[in-house]
Amino acid sequence: MFESVLITIATAATPLLIAAIGELVVERSGVLNLGVEGMMVMGAVTGFGVAVTTGSPWLGVFAAILVGAAFSLLFGFLTLTLVTNQVATGLALTLLGLGVSGMIGEAFIGMPGQKLGIIAIPFLSDLPYVGRFLFAQDPLFYVSLLLVAGVAYFLFYTRAGLTLRSVGDNHDSAHALGIKVIAVRYAAVAFGGACAGLAGAYLSLVYTPQWIENMTAGRGWIALALVVFASWRPWRVLAGAYLFGAVSIGQLHAQVIGVSIPSQFLSALPYLATIIVLVLISRNRRLTMVNTPACLGRPFVPAR
Amino acid sequence: MKKLILALAASTAALAFAAAPAAAQDKTKACWIYVGPIGDFGYSYQHHQGLLDVEKHFGDKVETAYLESVPEGADTERALERFARSGCDIIFATSFGFMDPVQKVAAKFPDIKFEHATGFKRDHPNVSTYNSRFHEGRYVQGVIAAKMSQKGVAGYIASFPIPEVVMGINAFLLGAQSVNPDFQVKIVWANTWFDAGKEADAAKALIDQGVDIITQHTDSTAPLQVAAERGIKGFGQASDMITFAPETQLTSIVDDWGPYYIERVQALIDGSWKQNDVWGGMKDGHVVMAPYTNMPDDVKAAAEAIAAKIKDEGYNPFTGPVAKQDGSEWLAEGQVAPDGEVLSMNFYVKGIDDKLPN
Amino acid sequence: MRLELVKRPQRSALFSTISPLIALVLTMAAGAIMFSVLGKNPLDALYYYFIDPLRETWSLHELAVKAAPLILIAVGLSVCFLSNNWNIGAEGQFIAGAIAGGILPVVFPDFQNGLVLPLMLLMGFAGGAAYAAVPAFLKARFNTNEILTSLMLVYVAQLFLDWLVRGPWRDPGGMNFPETRDFHAFAILPELMPSAGRAHWGIVFAIVAALVLWFVLRKTLTGFEIRVLGQSPRAGRFAGFSAPRMVMIAFLISGGLAGLAGISEVAGAIGQLQPSISPGYGFTAIIVAFLGRLNPLGIVAAGFVLALSYLGGEAAQISIGLSDKAARAFQGMLLFFVLGCDTLIHYRIRLAGRAPTARGEAAQNV
Repeated sequence: MFESVLITIATAATPLLIAAIGELVVERSGVLNLGVEGMMVMGAVTGFGVAVTTGSPWLGVFAAILVGAAFSLLFGFLTLTLVTNQVATGLALTLLGLGVSGMIGEAFIGMPGQKLGIIAIPFLSDLPYVGRFLFAQDPLFYVSLLLVAGVAYFLFYTRAGLTLRSVGDNHDSAHALGIKVIAVRYAAVAFGGACAGLAGAYLSLVYTPQWIENMTAGRGWIALALVVFASWRPWRVLAGAYLFGAVSIGQLHAQVIGVSIPSQFLSALPYLATIIVLVLISRNRRLTMVNTPACLGRPFVPAR
Repeated sequence: MKKLILALAASTAALAFAAAPAAAQDKTKACWIYVGPIGDFGYSYQHHQGLLDVEKHFGDKVETAYLESVPEGADTERALERFARSGCDIIFATSFGFMDPVQKVAAKFPDIKFEHATGFKRDHPNVSTYNSRFHEGRYVQGVIAAKMSQKGVAGYIASFPIPEVVMGINAFLLGAQSVNPDFQVKIVWANTWFDAGKEADAAKALIDQGVDIITQHTDSTAPLQVAAERGIKGFGQASDMITFAPETQLTSIVDDWGPYYIERVQALIDGSWKQNDVWGGMKDGHVVMAPYTNMPDDVKAAAEAIAAKIKDEGYNPFTGPVAKQDGSEWLAEGQVAPDGEVLSMNFYVKGIDDKLPN
Repeated sequence: MRLELVKRPQRSALFSTISPLIALVLTMAAGAIMFSVLGKNPLDALYYYFIDPLRETWSLHELAVKAAPLILIAVGLSVCFLSNNWNIGAEGQFIAGAIAGGILPVVFPDFQNGLVLPLMLLMGFAGGAAYAAVPAFLKARFNTNEILTSLMLVYVAQLFLDWLVRGPWRDPGGMNFPETRDFHAFAILPELMPSAGRAHWGIVFAIVAALVLWFVLRKTLTGFEIRVLGQSPRAGRFAGFSAPRMVMIAFLISGGLAGLAGISEVAGAIGQLQPSISPGYGFTAIIVAFLGRLNPLGIVAAGFVLALSYLGGEAAQISIGLSDKAARAFQGMLLFFVLGCDTLIHYRIRLAGRAPTARGEAAQNV
């Protein structure tokens, strides 16, 4: 039972993790895209639709990534090229995504979907307690971990990562150094969109293989909160997503066992837990300041 | 710039002269408002199937319209009023939360008929209420669950603690207890009507805690899919979900609103529409059991027998002796629960170890 | 070919006025294409979307009912956003205000006199402000990011309201359904013109709040302080302004107004508490705030535009069977065009050929 609970937590945490790690890169470049929910739901409907139409869930995954990225470029065009307000544009993107996905998805209602199979790594998956949790999971679980490691490496150990962070921290200096601020931000936004699309595909191809309107049910918002929770640090996103997942699943178990606390209070636990942990870790002002992209949400138009 | 202003002027003019709404014809217009999207494949979806049945049945004689995802709140009244003013002759308001707005708008439009699902207020003669005895189906499910379960424990994914859901849980357990008096049910409140992910999580938590059969009063097919993965059986909800879990679904309670909608629209056309309070069950064809699948023949026979008893003999699942959770007597031997008590049910029967919020 | 922005020396008064009109034209053009693709007559669709809801008095009242909470919340948010406080939890503060204001009619139903309503409004304001004080305090004291805390508290407020109306506050005469008793006559926010439509005092509160905040922001030292601390915290500090104090002020004002919106909605349009009292006003108001360019008077206009887009969507659904999804997608498009056209106020847009400047290459991804 221990292990299957762990797997349940991983399944709940993975879509949050994938969407959040993408948004982290976006925000590190100084752009705040509140449209995660909209991009995610577009990924969910695309992934599902392509998978059932072609019979290949992998094609669904790739299509979801592409559509997520394409959809985010709409946001990019408005906020980066036309320097519209990022907060409002992101919210409008969510509205658009929920609407368009609903229109596309009408054809897929009530259809059973395709599910990505499990990839078990020989021998390792037989390990006691954690073998199945770590080594016999759906492929996107591994992808999510690789994404975190990759983003952590990219941001802090590569030149391109340094460039991206410098754009987020001070776009004027970055521009003065000859960095193409807008191009970097476009790339970051597209990466974030691709991740959100992938996270959406996780919902409709792994978590619950079906299409239902608004099936993201607010997960894009949680992903956004997790980036903040993580103080813009990749490994902390992993910790945050699993903490949130663990408390969400834990409250369900508490209900089954019969803890006599109203279920609404138990349901509120993941949100409260996130706040409390964030308060505890953000008390170190200096550490937080260092990691917050100073240009977050600020538009950039180079002086000529 | 000049071009722009011209274009603007032209398009404004075009709009102003655009064809005004087509004049109302003497067709009957029937309108529906749904609380969720018709794509939920659950509650609102089933009501919409009822609308489609009406279209099929009446063809050109009836015109239909619907509004989906109407929030319960200040928006409801506006949606109803817009319907009333747009020429609807009968309006079906399909969610409990639409109750008070229905009364308010019905007062303003005495000539229009209002039909409110799952509520209890009929403040004006042009308001009817209707509901279905889904708990009859849950009683049948309970019987099947007790016969199929080896551990004698079922998992129940519930949405919100309202009488509708509570009576379902009680009926399910009473059905199960009629087979196995020690049968248990473990309950998880998901606090949502549909969030596939959360429902899946709830199903997994229940299965990890040792239940070997799953039922649900939330709308998505996710719990059934989880049951399929984990190799246990389960029940569908609201619609026949067999395509999602061909080897898992035992049966499903199908909300069939079509017959009622057709009947009421027909009554309106005939001029025989009268206020009513219908609580239809299996007998009336409002609650239909999906085919009994994935079970041995003897279980199937038992299920069919109890369903027939409810349908043909009018057996009420809430027939004594039934004790409340604390052991006190609710219904004496042979006593049948009055509908009013069932409709406002907020207590559990004996054998459930969950607590209702109070 | 690429787009190039050239900053205007000062904001263009002309484009401040006509950019919304350009946006409207573009939206109508794009909408016409979308509606045609969906097989609807584009002229009909646009007519029902933009004109039909404005044709009748009752519908104008409905517009006011829908716009009131959006405007009230958004003007409060403008103070937050101008001072760089990212309150995205107005939805929770709206609910907190409704709950706090609802205490009197629900828990003390026998207390009935002329004092009830003013007290409820005060308590609603206070409840929203108190709920907003939590993220404000955590930010000022512990440096906790307010985006996360204010957002998470939305879910907590929703669940708390849910528990209240299903548990302790449930109407004893309501067949155990999840709703409180109906508010008594003294607890109802009156309609302005009951014979004509449903618009209640909420819209008056909204417009008064907008005027007052416009005055405060433009003409008072506090307004100056808000804007200085928002644009440059450093400069603010040199001027002797306190950032932590501003965090509290901004959150209390916006939370209070969201709370007032909450109690006005419940006492005005709904008449009781129930599990869901808001279709996301707190989030939609964020769009309204920016659509109104964070100017309280602009927000009044933006609130009506957004409200119209909801009513229009409904009218189009009913009349020509345009789906709710299409209406929402169209709403998203409308917002994109409005936001995009606002760029013209501060920038000139130039189409330029390939130029080998650093900027030129940077924009090639476009």
